[in-house]
Amino acid sequence: MIRLFGSHEVLFILAGIQWTLLLSLVAFLGGGVFGLIIALSRTSTLAPLRSIAAGYIDIFQGTPLLMQLFLVFYGMPVFGVKVSPWTAVTIGLTLHASAFLGEIWRGGIQAVPRGQTEAARALGLRYASRMRDIVLPQALRLSVAPTVGFLVQLIKGTSLASIVGFVELSRSAQIVASTTYKPLLAYGLAGLLYFVICFPLSRFGLRLEQRFAVKS
Amino acid sequence: MTYKFDFAALAPHWETFLRGCWQTISLAAIAVVLGLAIGIVAMLAKRSPIRAVRLSATSYIEVVRNTPFLVQVMFIFFGLPTLGVSLSPWTAAILALSLNCGAFAAEIIRGGVEAISKGQVEAGTALGLRPLQIFRFVVLKPALRIIFPALSGQFILALLTTSIVSSISAEELASISQSIDAETFRSFEVYAVATALYFGLSLIFSTAFKAINRIYFSYPVS
Repeated sequence: MIRLFGSHEVLFILAGIQWTLLLSLVAFLGGGVFGLIIALSRTSTLAPLRSIAAGYIDIFQGTPLLMQLFLVFYGMPVFGVKVSPWTAVTIGLTLHASAFLGEIWRGGIQAVPRGQTEAARALGLRYASRMRDIVLPQALRLSVAPTVGFLVQLIKGTSLASIVGFVELSRSAQIVASTTYKPLLAYGLAGLLYFVICFPLSRFGLRLEQRFAVKS
Repeated sequence: MTYKFDFAALAPHWETFLRGCWQTISLAAIAVVLGLAIGIVAMLAKRSPIRAVRLSATSYIEVVRNTPFLVQVMFIFFGLPTLGVSLSPWTAAILALSLNCGAFAAEIIRGGVEAISKGQVEAGTALGLRPLQIFRFVVLKPALRIIFPALSGQFILALLTTSIVSSISAEELASISQSIDAETFRSFEVYAVATALYFGLSLIFSTAFKAINRIYFSYPVS
């Protein structure tokens, strides 16, 4: 039966936004925590730690996000863990985000002048304090614009969760498109909603980039 | 753990995997070439003196950059037929990928063009170079040198993005993996192989691009 594209359909698509936002938020926060570990490992003085982090980043940046989500979704049951699509995409996107954020923040950490670390060491600060009080605040400041840029990429990336069967913005648009047979309206509305979320963020990222470019 | 890995079940399908790789490379190459052409037009339009032209170029670039590729593909493949334009999955995939690449290429090309200063061209004239030589050595090569790393990054990105056109069942590595999965029921093994193939492809191309960059574009910069 073909349904009409009414207020119910619009609300159904709108309801998808909350899942897109929640998924983005969880993946961004989780990716932030693991990304920090990746960035610290990547800039560590221990060679094996550096190589492992570099390999992790290379693998996630050299394979499609869709395949990463499939591997988590079909891979976890193989290792005896039954997961829902929600858990699978959250884990997949978190791993994905940690590789990209790790690489962005590695750049930030390495952009902090060496003299800063050396001075901190000369003052007798230990690694934890050196990083927490001296290097990371400066590194994160330098990386804030590309971090916002990645957040936009991540929000767009959550749309792939729909292929694994998780109902978020894209999936609800697909459902409405197939029940009303108005794909132009359904995908157009979904696209518009993504744009409303991502465009201000992109602009914000650009402003940050310009502000920091002037200062340096 | 009771699961037994069975990669041998995929052995009869190696030719299909190989075909998928080739289709993925073709899609990415076509998309980047067409995307470059679109990008040049969009970049020129963005610098046009006519406000409407500038505005439409900017809207095109911003809309593409701020919406997911999946929605763009769906919009083109499922949406356009309702307007009377029917596209095969492969054509829709190429159209969507090229439009997507074009928006990102426009910004990359703008960076290259803005880096060539007028004085540089005048210096070429002063040295007695003919117009064609000026274009080749003074304009094209330095501009290419500046945008080459970003452009090769864009190709790798296109290579990975092509996987999303599997959602409209255009044939490439991700969609043939889904068919092999449906046939063998070895989901994990199939996607592990596909992921490894994607990784191999991006490794091969990024190594090749780095070599090209080293051979053709590494000369001392002033």
